[in-house]
Amino acid sequence: MMHNLSLGELADRLAGRQISSVELTRHFLARIERLNPSLNAVITVTAAQALDGAAAADRRLAAGERGRLLGIPLIHKDIFCTDGVRTSCGSRMLDNFTAPYDATVVARLKAAGAVMLGKANMDEFAMGSSNETSYYGPVKNPWDTTKVPGGSSGGSAAALAARLAPICTGTDTGGSIRQPAALTGITGVKPTYGRVSRYGMIAFASSLDQAGVFARTAADAAAVLQIMAGFDPNDSTSVDTPVPDYPALLDAPLKGLKIGLLREFFDGLEERNAALIHDALKIYLSLGADTVEVSLPHLPLSVPTYYVVAPAECSSNLSRFDGVRFGHRCAQPRDLEELYKRSRGEGFGAEVKRRIMTGTYVLSAGYFDAYYLKAQKVRRLITDDFRAAFQKVDLLVGPTTPTPAFAIGAKVNDPVTMYLNDIYTIGANLAGLPGLSIPCGFVDGLPMGLQLIGPHFSEARLLGAAHQLQRATAWHAQAPGGYE
Amino acid sequence: MMANWEVVIGLEIHAQLATKSKIFSGSATTYGAAPNTQASLIDLAYPGVLPVLNEQAVHMAVKFGLAIGATIARRSIFARKNYFYPDLPKGYQISQYEQPVVGKGSLAIMLDDGTVKTIGVTRAHLEEDAGKSLHEGLANASGIDLNRAGTPLLEIVSEPDMRSAKEAVAYMKKVHTLVRYLEICDGNMQEGSFRCDANVSVRPRGQATFGTRAEIKNLNSFRFVEKAIQYEIARQIDLIESGGKVVQETRLYDSDKNETRSMRSKEEANDYRYFPDPDLLPLELDQHFIDAVRGTLPELPDEKAARFARDFGLSAYDAGVLSASRELGAYFEAVVAALGAPHAKLAANWVMGELSSALNRENAEITASRVSPTALSGLLARIVDATISGKIAKDVFEAMWSEGRPADAIIEAKGLRQITDSLEIQGVIDAVIAANPKQLADYRAGKDKLFGFFIGQVMKATGGKANPAQLNELLKAKLDGG
Repeated sequence: MMHNLSLGELADRLAGRQISSVELTRHFLARIERLNPSLNAVITVTAAQALDGAAAADRRLAAGERGRLLGIPLIHKDIFCTDGVRTSCGSRMLDNFTAPYDATVVARLKAAGAVMLGKANMDEFAMGSSNETSYYGPVKNPWDTTKVPGGSSGGSAAALAARLAPICTGTDTGGSIRQPAALTGITGVKPTYGRVSRYGMIAFASSLDQAGVFARTAADAAAVLQIMAGFDPNDSTSVDTPVPDYPALLDAPLKGLKIGLLREFFDGLEERNAALIHDALKIYLSLGADTVEVSLPHLPLSVPTYYVVAPAECSSNLSRFDGVRFGHRCAQPRDLEELYKRSRGEGFGAEVKRRIMTGTYVLSAGYFDAYYLKAQKVRRLITDDFRAAFQKVDLLVGPTTPTPAFAIGAKVNDPVTMYLNDIYTIGANLAGLPGLSIPCGFVDGLPMGLQLIGPHFSEARLLGAAHQLQRATAWHAQAPGGYE
Repeated sequence: MMANWEVVIGLEIHAQLATKSKIFSGSATTYGAAPNTQASLIDLAYPGVLPVLNEQAVHMAVKFGLAIGATIARRSIFARKNYFYPDLPKGYQISQYEQPVVGKGSLAIMLDDGTVKTIGVTRAHLEEDAGKSLHEGLANASGIDLNRAGTPLLEIVSEPDMRSAKEAVAYMKKVHTLVRYLEICDGNMQEGSFRCDANVSVRPRGQATFGTRAEIKNLNSFRFVEKAIQYEIARQIDLIESGGKVVQETRLYDSDKNETRSMRSKEEANDYRYFPDPDLLPLELDQHFIDAVRGTLPELPDEKAARFARDFGLSAYDAGVLSASRELGAYFEAVVAALGAPHAKLAANWVMGELSSALNRENAEITASRVSPTALSGLLARIVDATISGKIAKDVFEAMWSEGRPADAIIEAKGLRQITDSLEIQGVIDAVIAANPKQLADYRAGKDKLFGFFIGQVMKATGGKANPAQLNELLKAKLDGG
């Protein structure tokens, strides 16, 4: 079936005119129509625009143009602004907001000929680890619809796992690509901070947010990242450094690769989870890699550090949602203060409010030094720990999450337990490092992820290592029942 | 009552930088456009947009820093100042807080008694302006115009070094002159391109610690600065002397009533929750950039004044006036160039005298003068070569101003050429003496002051054209010689 083909296979068939982009697009739109209602992964379907885009891609193909993504359908996380299409960020606040421009990521993929099918559900303003904070309701995990798909890019991950699109975009502020990728058994890549433009991506925590991609394989992800990555003059924090040819580097030999095993990742790790990682390591050893144990002494401080820095930035980033120029405005405000209070009170959900309040508190006079400033110092220490580790090893391998997908509703009233879900992923965000998650087996019938973290701008190395593991394993080829 | 009190004033001047586009977006900064026509998605703070720093604004800030001998920070940080207001689209203003681009510098001002005082500049930092709220013509609503949102400002913060409203005005004028010299700000105060907040406190003379200060916001004319500060000083002294206490607060100056009014107290003040803006990298400047900016510095006002005094023998006061703007200095120098340096004092008197009053009368800038430097030097040359007297020259100047013709044409057409023919003057003198025998007798009897009477009669008879020096000499010889 078309929805199980790799990007390379799809590109070949499109080039050989065995299928058209319009046919491919109709196929995925039909799957969305049939399968999405039970998943709630896609919240906006742009069928008419998709078919127009597919027809345009077909004309380009007919004219002899070729491209890895030309005519390939995709779904964007609803955090990316899409010109003329509702961009809600999973919030009531932006339920009525039609973006007047394309995010750089969207524009680049559009220019490459990718065809947007719609927008994916997400935790409200990307704040959540289970996709339960969305104004549009929770997303269900296709492996077990009583379970969460992870978050915040839960809609993208579930849609990809259910084969509703061959590519989905996502964003990762504290694990929001890697954690849902792990919980839905797919490949999720969070690039180096600055590798992909943030322009047009609605900000949660600006110093941590990074756009990335979900795909079924590392090879597919490499092809997409190739298009997404690169300097953007509209984003001062994007880095002007050349983008390697990721697909061409996938098979670089792993012989001599030094893999770091983080003591802090393995201490207390559940046995079955650890066993899956050790299975993967055995394959790496057989491919000629070596393992070295390393320690990042400050890593256990990641979660508290993150939950100071991220809310601080979010409290400021979300100030623009004031009911004045766009988004939700309360009915009949009596005065300016009420306009603010009610518009924001009604527009934001509980988790967003919790983080705005936390962030406002840690930036307040008298608390700034004790919280924000201290967190920034710890962040520096964590970054230094990683730098020191990468003097000794080429990449780090460990679990993506402590547990497989948990039940919808299980942690929603216990924010601290919920936050601990990101214990293995947050470090890479604090240090701005690239990381990815690939499927490495099952626990209790649910997929688990293996996480790779590398030095800045080592995406090619990470994708290569992931690709070569996927050539030696078949975890990534498994589809959830009913979505094969 | 003032005698017992010392006044302490510091100013925060906001100079709008004359960049083509805004500090963090590509929108134009032209004043007076229809509301919200110069507001891009970035200025409107749409979801997902990001700021990109305008290099021209950095260039201008550094130029100012170099002109006041300040340290230029190799690394400075943009911070967010968080507060809610409808004209602040992001809910925060991007400013510089802990690490500004321009550090400590200083400026010299001249006081009324001619002494020079140095005023410290604590810092100058880059920030964006807010938009403005419009209330007129809207029923039960306020409008927001975001054209100004994101306009680059340089906030220049002084040390609390000023001790009177006059000093504050002198300092503000000095900064005004400088930013216009540097061509980094148009200095237009009506349009709000140059405005200030004044921090004012009083303390008993001899007390080392400062009194509690009040901050008067948004003063946009030199006159308002002076009056608002004077009012505030009197208010604070009255308050303390009648047993009250000054509270730290922000006050607004009402120019119609000439008073300041409380806007908000310290307790009501916002907690701005400053933190480094994660959307912008630290601003890092290398020596090459700083040197390149240094290379664009023009001759500065103090340098120009010193040169005028040295090369043209002008008084410090005159040199100061003539260097008060680049345009005025250029005008003066053009006149001197045509006339010759030995006549610089004459040129200075005319530029500061007749020309300035004509400009003031019409409220015109020097660049809009109806008499060009060439035309003025043409007139002054006729004084130098004694074709006309200084007095006649004033009439010629007025004619030049209104008719736009060169001095020579007016002198010829109106027959104003000075009479320098001794015989002709002698003839008039003889006629005047003959017609006034009584006055002649009185003069010769010792009433010396009648000399002036005879001068006046001759001038009257010649229509003021007799060469004054010759007339003086010939008349004296005639009267005294018999």
